[in-house]
Amino acid sequence: MEYIMKIDNLCKSYKAFSLKNVSFSLPKGYIMGFVGQNGSGKTTTIRSMLGIANKDSGNIELFGLDNVKDYREIKQRISVVFDSLCYPPHLKIKHIESMLKSFYDKWDSEEFHRLIKKFKLHENVKIGKFSKGMRMKLMIAVALSHKAELIILDEPTSGLDPVARDELLDILTEYISDENNSILFSTHITADLERIADYVTVLNDGEVWYTGTKDEIMDKYVVIKGDEADLPDEIMNKSIGYHNYRNGFEAMLEREIVSDLPEEIEYEKANLDDILIYIAKESAKNE
Amino acid sequence: MKILLKNKSDVPIYEQIKEQIKSQVLEGKVQENEQLPSIRQLAKELKISVITTTRAYNELSDEGFIISVSGKGYFVAPKNNELLRERMIFEMEQAFETAVESGRNAGLKDEEIIEALKGIMEG
Repeated sequence: MEYIMKIDNLCKSYKAFSLKNVSFSLPKGYIMGFVGQNGSGKTTTIRSMLGIANKDSGNIELFGLDNVKDYREIKQRISVVFDSLCYPPHLKIKHIESMLKSFYDKWDSEEFHRLIKKFKLHENVKIGKFSKGMRMKLMIAVALSHKAELIILDEPTSGLDPVARDELLDILTEYISDENNSILFSTHITADLERIADYVTVLNDGEVWYTGTKDEIMDKYVVIKGDEADLPDEIMNKSIGYHNYRNGFEAMLEREIVSDLPEEIEYEKANLDDILIYIAKESAKNE
Repeated sequence: MKILLKNKSDVPIYEQIKEQIKSQVLEGKVQENEQLPSIRQLAKELKISVITTTRAYNELSDEGFIISVSGKGYFVAPKNNELLRERMIFEMEQAFETAVESGRNAGLKDEEIIEALKGIMEG
């Protein structure tokens, strides 16, 4: 398999937080969801990939190139969509274009204007006046117009209404349909990922908790509920994020252990949100 | 080819795709040798992951409902395909097994079970 992105043992320490041996890779032509609660290290990982943060150790390869040594070439082939605008707000679209045209070797003006029309972005309004959805579409139009082969989305859907999110999913699935383009999609809105992501990487407290196909993780866990008295100790010990409340307990469990469960205990499939919640509860317990 | 996915269903998405393509093949709603959308096209149209559509197509082709022609894409398998027929016979036998078991659990004699089947076949 050809990888567009390979991270090996990435470490980066700040005073109060550190990334610990983060490793994962994204095959070319696919979408990877990047999830984890706030402060789990998603943005630090992305900043390290882009060379905005200097890694302490580890290797990051993008397009088979070293992310530090070859950053000039990488910047031409990559695009990042943040949740806030990364251009000066008093500019209009034509100013943005003249600014970017000289930076990107493969800039395609015709394509840019086609997308501006398609996304219904106003050309005569300062971009600072754009709605969140329009800002996001502007950044995506830029990514597509310089022929980026990897788009990194850093929480672009937070604060977007359902219609704008749906439009984004349309754009993204179209973008990867040519087998050459790939996406790393960091988000809290896991419902979007449950649909379109091929792979998922879950970060927890600076470490990779899971990386692999989405189908595998979505099949792997169940949420169990019931009366504490019915739960055998050995299952309780294997559970994740076990907690009691007045009417019973809740926890997450690997599906393969479910056959050992007493009948009194109910279980249902865990979705990505459940998984994030129970991981967080488990970590809180161990602190 | 029509595929309508239910997001809130418990049936996994790849399974929904499989079932719908299968039933359209069996009901003759898609023609033999008709070309299917490519894996990436289908993923794009349904807004789902490429791995999900890949899995659905792979399993359909393992089961003989569609064939993959390298470099060209996926096509509806010819109907008289032996594999497809075997598959349907296998499914029939499985359904019979369940039926016989239920009948026996209900305390029916074998003759009564056969009579019931005849009744169904005569409509």
